[in-house]
Amino acid sequence: MPDDPIVATNDAPVPDEAPAPTGAPPEVLTNPSWQRVQLARHPKRPQALDYIERVFTGFEELHGDRFYGDDKATIGGFAYFEGRPVMVVAQQKGKDTKAKLFRNFGMPKPEGYRKAIRLMRLADKFGRPVISLIDTAGAFPGVDAEERGQAEAVAYNLREMSRLGCPVIAVVIGEGGSGGALALGVANRVYMLENAYYSVISPESCAAIIWRDSGKAPLAAEALKMTAQDLLGLKIIDGIVKEPAEGAQNDHDAAASALRETLKNALAELAPLDRQGLISDRYEKFRRMGNFFREETL
Amino acid sequence: MAWFTRQKPSVEDTPADAEKSVRTEGLWQKCEKCSQPIWRKTLEENLLVCTNCGHHFRIDATARLRMLFDEGKYEEHDAGLVSNDPLGFVDSRRYHERLDSMRSATNLPDAVISATGLLNGRRVHICALELKFIGGSMGAVVGEKITRAIERCITERIPLVIVSASGGARMQEGAISLMQLAKISAALMKLDEARVPYISVMTDPTTGGVTASFAMLGDMNVGEPGALIGFAGPRVIEQTIRQKLPEGFQRSEFLLDHGFLDAVVKRTELKNFLDRSIRFLAD
Repeated sequence: MPDDPIVATNDAPVPDEAPAPTGAPPEVLTNPSWQRVQLARHPKRPQALDYIERVFTGFEELHGDRFYGDDKATIGGFAYFEGRPVMVVAQQKGKDTKAKLFRNFGMPKPEGYRKAIRLMRLADKFGRPVISLIDTAGAFPGVDAEERGQAEAVAYNLREMSRLGCPVIAVVIGEGGSGGALALGVANRVYMLENAYYSVISPESCAAIIWRDSGKAPLAAEALKMTAQDLLGLKIIDGIVKEPAEGAQNDHDAAASALRETLKNALAELAPLDRQGLISDRYEKFRRMGNFFREETL
Repeated sequence: MAWFTRQKPSVEDTPADAEKSVRTEGLWQKCEKCSQPIWRKTLEENLLVCTNCGHHFRIDATARLRMLFDEGKYEEHDAGLVSNDPLGFVDSRRYHERLDSMRSATNLPDAVISATGLLNGRRVHICALELKFIGGSMGAVVGEKITRAIERCITERIPLVIVSASGGARMQEGAISLMQLAKISAALMKLDEARVPYISVMTDPTTGGVTASFAMLGDMNVGEPGALIGFAGPRVIEQTIRQKLPEGFQRSEFLLDHGFLDAVVKRTELKNFLDRSIRFLAD
């Protein structure tokens, strides 16, 4: 939510091993999941454009979904990675108030998802890999977004991304908020930064549903298993991009070079696969995902 | 000595379960919308659609399948799949306990029934979501059952119908639920490439991750009259915009107006609509 009090008041970084300041509720301070959520939302955390500037060269932004408009929370364009042409799609939140308003706090509307898939298909057509940088609290929940088919836009991307014949690499760099994040995340390789989160629901909304108290978000963050470590264990992601000590906000360059290494290795891994190989690789990855059930004989 | 002596036993003395002389309970049902009392049997014959105002009552998955399959007969698939609570999730109660009590309350293993049978003589696969099972929410079991149904449709080349009634992804399975959106959508890509028809029927309510995946990906997307269909729930949107939402917002007719449904189909006409559509696509 744009007016989320936790986002708005989170000025001070919470270091991983910090001693507990007095007066704060204990679950906030002893809960690493919640600390990571706060780091993922840290106002000084590098955003997509910070990484694009550092990891790629010659970024040329391309606009518009060809149906309605140009979503400002979603950016895309071509660039060069280690001299190799790639298509970048990303979510940008904005840093100061003006930029946040311009970017709709990083919450895309349907035209953002439609722009993203348009650019991804363009990349596919010309055999360029897609690099997707995910950072959103979620797809925008508003009247205009519903009128223009937010659900359809997300659903369409999920299906069409699985059809792309080019390498697709997705990295959750900050917040991975539910369907709005996944709509850029159907990739051959999915990574998360060390302090990013990826979840089906925000910890605040989850706490509001369970305990009717969004202040219990730290408990929900723990229960939802939304950190990179948790999701690597559940085989939902392929790897973790290490952040500098106490978080990426302290050293944007170091975070960017860790991201560069990850992307380099992922592209090398996918290099031997042809179109059909890439589609099958991605399909099988998601087909196996979440096999957490047992089969009882009736 | 009392002035009056009680001739009949008092009301309190009557056993609670004693048969009353006039029993109306359950025979009449008031319409949720127009308050018209309707003879229960008439309502059922009309597939739980109000005979006065046309309001569509919510119906459960079993009733839905009986209504769509010839003579109400179908074969169920993957009924043995049950969640093993991957996160060990605890909210107001343990998730695996919640699942157990849901199973006994609904007599279903999870929130979807996957079935094949005949629809006007043609073999079709229908998956119906059960709203009463944790809000029809989709976790790993629902995701797997629907994916297997899609795969069965590809192998056997039979049309697929999914009837949605769901609040979205299942919170208690975290990101695993979220990944089911991608898993099912990818399987639908294969169904699409195999050119096997898929019709999505959205009923009240269809929201969240279900709308944002398979429900919106039909070769035809249809809604029941008055069904709530959306990505974000109305309460979330109201909190975001801090305004009351207009009447009819996110209802089937609203989606039809905005170009997101092929048709709004009355329940009483649904079976024949599906038959005509599948015949057009598959014959």
